[in-house]
Amino acid sequence: MSSTTKASRIGEELWKTRVDKVNAELVTLTYGTIVAQLCQDYDGNYPEVNKQLEKMGYNIGMRLIEDFLAKSNVGRCANFRETADMIAKVGFRIFLNIAPTVTNWTSDNNQFSLVFDENPLADFVELPDDGRAQDELWFSNILCGVLRGALEMVQMQVEAHFVSDVLRGDDTTEMRVSLIRYIEDEMPPEEE
Amino acid sequence: MAQPPPRHATVLSLSNSNSNSNLSNASTAIDRPHSSQTHMPTPSTSSTGLRVPSNRKTIYDRHLNRSRNAELSRASFAFLFAEMVTYAQRRVTGIQDLERRLNEQGYPLGLRLLDLLFYRTVSGSTSSSLSSSSSTSASPPNRPLRILPLLHLIHGPLWRLLFNRPADALEHSVSPETPNEYMITDNDPLVNTYISVPKEMSMLNCAAFVAGMIEGVCDGCGFEAKVTAHNQPTEMWPSRTIFLLRFGESVMEREKVLERAGVK
Repeated sequence: MSSTTKASRIGEELWKTRVDKVNAELVTLTYGTIVAQLCQDYDGNYPEVNKQLEKMGYNIGMRLIEDFLAKSNVGRCANFRETADMIAKVGFRIFLNIAPTVTNWTSDNNQFSLVFDENPLADFVELPDDGRAQDELWFSNILCGVLRGALEMVQMQVEAHFVSDVLRGDDTTEMRVSLIRYIEDEMPPEEE
Repeated sequence: MAQPPPRHATVLSLSNSNSNSNLSNASTAIDRPHSSQTHMPTPSTSSTGLRVPSNRKTIYDRHLNRSRNAELSRASFAFLFAEMVTYAQRRVTGIQDLERRLNEQGYPLGLRLLDLLFYRTVSGSTSSSLSSSSSTSASPPNRPLRILPLLHLIHGPLWRLLFNRPADALEHSVSPETPNEYMITDNDPLVNTYISVPKEMSMLNCAAFVAGMIEGVCDGCGFEAKVTAHNQPTEMWPSRTIFLLRFGESVMEREKVLERAGVK
């Protein structure tokens, strides 16, 4: 059984048995109002909104990983490919009930894409028709931060960004994830 | 921080964007991220400057009821809501200011949820009567005209849509001085489940977010109201919250007129 299939099974099982649920529209709307508020606070400065969303996601990711580990009870991944499956098929399943496709690996196995068929955060969403939002705003950018925060807590420094989004008129929604380095265990500084 | 536009202006700009999708004033820019929540597809939308995917994966091609019974993780909601509160907290001067801000973030959701509720009531339960030619008597009026039906709408259908259960109590103020005050009680608000309020902020109730939604629903129905969330813990329900609805004078006057006219 491939690691992808295995991860998918784990994810689906967990979603069915271990995850407390709420109405999806409440989550979607709450995320929408967060983005709307940021657009208002930053006066339509979309690059800044992207940055803030990423930061929020980072804060979430740092705490979410604990919930992920507690629920999934999975061990350490053997390599980055396994990590990618774990994120796509278990992580996204537990928290958003979706399982994006992992694809477009670079030959060094350090970069992949997540392609989203579904994105509950962006349900009902249409970007402002102001001639800029579709070029500048990454509506779901919070997800990039979540990955960065969560993986940092398990000793992986990654960089993630969206490269396309159906909200912008693209045919797919795709996030690019790059492993920068494994963070070595550092001993806490000796007390003087 | 910029002063928010008055509530009625928001309502106006929304109804504008309903009828004219080419409108591109400043307020629609804020509203638009999910303004389509409640919009039915209209032919005029194709004339906007927005690009759409060639596979037509747009909001106009997906059924509004698609997510009706969909579920997401409660943890995801808790993470998002906590982040929303933390973010708001950095930009406010005090507890009241924070609650006002949460209220304002809930308000536009109320407006949209209202349309969603009506849309689903119509398409769900009375679609058969709509297709028949004489449907005037059978189906109840869609929008509540009096306060009590409005409150029932909030207490029942709205709560069920958001939290999968009705609210726990609905009361009218007993004081003769405040006949315009009504209370909706939630013994254990979902939004507060994972919020721990520091001692020095014990007055804070983050369900102000929900109060804002209620306010949006009231305003959307034409019932001007102020809605606030208050902590009323009991031994059994430590996070019991009362939503206090204060209707405006114009609403109370209309209520009297309608009562005389026998409108229910």
